[in-house]
Amino acid sequence: MKKQSKVVQYNKWGYIFLLPFMIVYIVFQLIPLISTIYNSFFENYRVGLQQIGPNFIGIQNYVQLFSTPDIWQYLANTMIMWIMGFIPQILVSLLLGAWFTNPSLRLKGQQFFKTVIYLPNLIMASAFAMLFFTLFSNEGPINSMLVGAGFFAENYKWLSHTLSARSLVALMNFLMWFGNTTILLMSGMLGIDPSLYEAAEVDGASSTQIFYKITLPLLRPILIYVMITSLIGGLQMFDVPQILTNGTGDPARTTMTLIMYLNKHLYSKNFGLGGALSVFLFVVTAILSILVFRINNATEKKN
Amino acid sequence: MKNLARKALAVMMAAAMTVPMVACGGSTETATDTAAPAEEAAETTTEEAAAPAESTIPADAHILNIYAWNEEYKSRMEAHYPGYETLSATEGKIGDTYVKWNITPSDDNAYQNNLDETLLKQADAADNDKIDIFLVEADYALKYVDTDYTMSMADLGIDGDMADQYEYTKQIVTDSNGNLKGSSWQACSAGLIYNREAAKEVLGSDDPADVQAAVANWDKSAETAQKMAAAGYTMCSVNDTYRTYSNNVSGKWVQDDKIVLDPNMEKWIDDSKALVDAGAEDTDDLWGDDWAKGKTPEGKVFCYFGPAWFFNFCLDADKEGTIANQGGWGFCEGPQSYYWGGTWICAATGTDDADLVADIIKTMTTDKAVLKDIATQDQDCVNSKSVLAELAGSDEGNMALLGGQNPYAQLAAGAEGIDLSNLSSYDQGCNEELQGAMKNYFEGNQTKEEALDAFYKAVIEKYPNLSK
Repeated sequence: MKKQSKVVQYNKWGYIFLLPFMIVYIVFQLIPLISTIYNSFFENYRVGLQQIGPNFIGIQNYVQLFSTPDIWQYLANTMIMWIMGFIPQILVSLLLGAWFTNPSLRLKGQQFFKTVIYLPNLIMASAFAMLFFTLFSNEGPINSMLVGAGFFAENYKWLSHTLSARSLVALMNFLMWFGNTTILLMSGMLGIDPSLYEAAEVDGASSTQIFYKITLPLLRPILIYVMITSLIGGLQMFDVPQILTNGTGDPARTTMTLIMYLNKHLYSKNFGLGGALSVFLFVVTAILSILVFRINNATEKKN
Repeated sequence: MKNLARKALAVMMAAAMTVPMVACGGSTETATDTAAPAEEAAETTTEEAAAPAESTIPADAHILNIYAWNEEYKSRMEAHYPGYETLSATEGKIGDTYVKWNITPSDDNAYQNNLDETLLKQADAADNDKIDIFLVEADYALKYVDTDYTMSMADLGIDGDMADQYEYTKQIVTDSNGNLKGSSWQACSAGLIYNREAAKEVLGSDDPADVQAAVANWDKSAETAQKMAAAGYTMCSVNDTYRTYSNNVSGKWVQDDKIVLDPNMEKWIDDSKALVDAGAEDTDDLWGDDWAKGKTPEGKVFCYFGPAWFFNFCLDADKEGTIANQGGWGFCEGPQSYYWGGTWICAATGTDDADLVADIIKTMTTDKAVLKDIATQDQDCVNSKSVLAELAGSDEGNMALLGGQNPYAQLAAGAEGIDLSNLSSYDQGCNEELQGAMKNYFEGNQTKEEALDAFYKAVIEKYPNLSK
């Protein structure tokens, strides 16, 4: 009897420690999520100081949202800019992670470099975007350097061309996040049993073979985690392109992300259409996450 | 001992978790949307900016709240309202009443968002939290004037003092029932501000009459622009000429909830495209660094389009090396007469200081001595026919940054000629979006049709009740 009550008591503490998370989750995640879905079925916006609605209009907001191909273009923009940033990010992070964790390289000043590569993440994204906006403006320092060095005949309008504007967004996301990814991958690499490496070395494997045959396969769980978090973060991309293009998503809305589009509806406090868009984003995120999970599970079972 | 330290740490961490929860709890009522937190964050930052930690206002004080988007009106009050005492950057005092300035920048519509939320709560707010005075711009004046949130000048008892003001400044703040509901100290008739050096080099003369002849209409102006381009100058930005076109339209932007593109706006699109393609105009956004380059001789820009506030607010006359600093600008009427901007003072319905509000509006916008001071000290073009006439005929109106030229005769003539019968409450959104969308056409990223479609789409995003 006594034993059992003790177990119950411990359980109680478990729930109490969970409580802060549950409260934060319910108040800031679950309730907004449900009310967003609820709001998406209403006509509810403001024209000037005049409030229209809320009137129940069923799925009208969704019909309006999907009646033009725009939303797919914004989704594509978001994914393209994410991939353009993610590929160099994961490659550089893998390389740096492998170097930092390789004991035979005996790299000096590791702590210093680990700190430095993480630093861009500490700057506010908006401040970072402002910096790039100034650096790459038509009369900015980058243009004067490139023209001065003879690469360009005249100032290049970085933000008026789709490829260069998207590349700038991708470059910023890459710079901000590769340090974080490196740290994550390093922790994964350090978790791999060193005896595996030693055995491989004894067997005469080259360092390339070790990387591809041992490090990468064993790193898979961490890689999947990095990919999912980066994907969700990428879908919610907002601050960098918003500040860089002054909210326009120019040229011709090719750098407009889904959240920037959502922000456009806030001008008129259009909670109905904004809600529908948010629900769409939620569904896309859920599908992509499940997909990545499935792929991971399937390959794990095969192994 | 070690245990105690550990426990203390645990308690502190638990506190650290719960404190932000409580702190945020008060402001979550608008969290109906996943994007709402961003909006809240914006609101709290502006509130923090407006109310610094060290307030000089005693707890039991009587407060007059003024909402504005920049420091301009505050500096006018500080310099010209009799008995105004400056206490800190955001606070002042008139007699026993404390004045609190709530300044939120216009960027991203933040000023209006903040103002809207506060106005909608006006009826239930405590006296010291009520808005007493707020400022509006012409582009969106009707949004506020044509509602019950603004008081009419007749109710304040000062409508009889406004005979000396220009007619157009009253048209802007007259509601659909004919009530006058705001007042301005500025008459913002505008013209073309040109670089005298460039005029001498390319046109052979920097005399305002000769330059005016070279830009007397859009065809001549385009010819001049081509000459400027040949000499290595840029005429101006397409966004500089925009308002000159948009003020001379034949109909309202929105008619029966439909967006109507006026022929004169189409002319702006076609003229600008031709000049951008010829390299004579650029597409820089107003206020940006690229646009501002023309303020120095190295920027090689021939002109800006602007009204009187442009002189002392935008030309950096106090900075070494600018054209204004060397007195190198000239002023002429330009291709068509127009106005740009200006600030109107509105009294918020429900104010608990109606008498003081009435006196402030009356003093700042109709008192001739005050208006003349504003004109001579701040180079504002004031909203008084007699003061402008007086300045036009005296050396007091000469401006150093214009190389000693007296622009008041042109400014006064311009102010008389402005017709604002085609104003609508959607002007701000339509003007901003047309300029934004056309940039893609001018830079060759879209065809004209695509850019126009993008324009309609963006306007409907802002005003969901409209259609193409």
